[in-house]
Amino acid sequence: MDPTDTELIAAVLNGDAASFEGLIRKYQPKVFATARRYARRESEVEDIVQEVFIKAFQKLASYRREAPFEHWLMRMAVRTCYDYLRAHQRNRETPMSEMTVQDSDWLEQFVAAPGRDVQAADAARLIIEKVLGRLSPAARLVITLLEIEDRSVKEIAALTGWSVSLVKVRAFRARAEMRRLLERLDVEKYL
Amino acid sequence: MRNRLKKSEAFVKTGLQNTIIAAAKKAAPSDRVPFAFEKRVMARIRGLSGVDVWAVWSRLLWRAAGPCVAIMLAVSLWAAFSNHQNPALNTLSEDLESSVLAPFASLRDSPW
Repeated sequence: MDPTDTELIAAVLNGDAASFEGLIRKYQPKVFATARRYARRESEVEDIVQEVFIKAFQKLASYRREAPFEHWLMRMAVRTCYDYLRAHQRNRETPMSEMTVQDSDWLEQFVAAPGRDVQAADAARLIIEKVLGRLSPAARLVITLLEIEDRSVKEIAALTGWSVSLVKVRAFRARAEMRRLLERLDVEKYL
Repeated sequence: MRNRLKKSEAFVKTGLQNTIIAAAKKAAPSDRVPFAFEKRVMARIRGLSGVDVWAVWSRLLWRAAGPCVAIMLAVSLWAAFSNHQNPALNTLSEDLESSVLAPFASLRDSPW
């Protein structure tokens, strides 16, 4: 039988660092999926995940076992992703005006038939990345957690360490920022 | 005509925003893990868990803080007690004042 999280954590805290490998193996898929929401290049994703686990190892003594280890680790993952977004704020994605032919085709298709299932298209994914890539770090984090992952304001507050009211304010600003970004798209061209 | 255009533009933008979010929900990121990734992280962790000179230094400083405070208290008590027993000697404040002003006293004596 596999050792539980509690047993592995106790072993690591007693000096058996090798036991931490069990925790990495168990939770790395979740941390990878989280990191891929914020970083595009695979090398950056790997750097983020590595940083999350190193931080977790270094701060393991501060884990108070009031909540499951997974919650504690995911909080660390979200905060590391936010730090990554802030650090890479300057070299954001290409401007919205620089849309590829594929993006324009997808937009045209959407405007022509909004009800059709075009979401699966690669162009849709590209345009999402472009829109999210242009948002500020806080806005991107809030839009991802609130709108895409469907998390509650309380959950986001717990994950980010922000107060509930700050999450609400940032969500309001993030939606406005996203609206402004979409306004920059030359929608008139497709009408 | 312009109003109609604005209305349809707003409709498209709202629809576009909803579609983008819906598409992002559908396109859940992969949870694929590169081969032997945990080994790579463990190698980094093993590298980190070597002797941290700064941690050792700060631990030593913290350990030394207690005895230092004890010595300081003992010396202060001794100084206060010995002065109290021999009132003919200068007080601690007088001694301090004369030590601080000693360079100025020597300046006053010099020809400059």
